[in-house]
Amino acid sequence: MIIISSSETASIRTEQDVARLLHRIKAVAADTGLGTVSQTKLMTAASELARNMLFYANEGVSYLEQISQGTKVGIRLTFIDHGPGIPDVDLAMQDGYTTNPQSLGLGLPGARRLVNEFAIISTVGKGTTVTVITWKL
Amino acid sequence: MEKIPILRMGPFLLVTIQVDLYDRLALNLEADLIETVHKTGARGVLIDISAVSIVDSFMGRILGNIAGMSRILDAQTVVVGMQPAVAITLIELGLPLKGIHTALNVEKGIEKLRATIPPDDEETDDDYYFQ
Ligand SMILES: Nc1ncnc2c1ncn2[C@@H]1O[C@H](COP(=O)(O)OP(=O)(O)OP(=O)(O)O)[C@@H](O)[C@H]1O
Ligand SMILES: [Mg+2]
Repeated sequence: MIIISSSETASIRTEQDVARLLHRIKAVAADTGLGTVSQTKLMTAASELARNMLFYANEGVSYLEQISQGTKVGIRLTFIDHGPGIPDVDLAMQDGYTTNPQSLGLGLPGARRLVNEFAIISTVGKGTTVTVITWKL
Repeated sequence: MEKIPILRMGPFLLVTIQVDLYDRLALNLEADLIETVHKTGARGVLIDISAVSIVDSFMGRILGNIAGMSRILDAQTVVVGMQPAVAITLIELGLPLKGIHTALNVEKGIEKLRATIPPDDEETDDDYYFQ
């Protein structure tokens, strides 16, 4: 069972909202006892996912939670948007897959590599939800 | 509009990124730097990111664009001072910093650039100015 010990939510509409979220993640991750490398990985994953919301769905909402499961503690981030959704999630999770010719197609697969747990649910016409967890090791 | 200063050091340009770049600032920097390389005929660009706490795929793309454009203008790009946690994260993200040299600090970066330029090719113009 996952127990949530603190939770905050933010709406993500601008780049500045993303920057603010990253600062909050850093503070909460440090408070949870995550090391610098884990903090940096989590912030980088969050930057990718928040940017995807802005770019593909125009806006979205983020949840930043301190959690525990048994003796483990960690951070859970959830990104929810009501944008166009992703028709083929398996394809979108592959390195180099992008619908934006300017991009590298690294955000989703890269974010998955940077955290301990990663889940994505997307429905065309409804939106996309991505949840990630980084445990303190 | 807010700008990141570009410092000229002989044949090289030095940019120190003090804040976490947000998109518009990053895109402005890309345009300014390329214009300055063109105008000054600079042979090298040093980008000091020691104060930057994350590099995501967007920022990586900007650095790659700067390096790629500079190369066409006959200048090399060296990214200096990358924090170890950032370097580790970049590898896992899978971001290829293609054509970008890295160095521990500005001094080492300058050494690296000097090594790529034949000595008689170096400009003697030494005035430093802020743009
Ligand atoms: N929140 C979202 N809503 C709708 N589509 C999305 C969303 N996030 C990702 N996608 C789709 O999945 C593709 C892959 O996303 P990913 O973040 O991996 O790469 P990218 O955004 O194209 O490039 P990069 O992140 O490297 O700049 C995107 O091109 C887009 O088509
Ligand atoms: Mg992306």
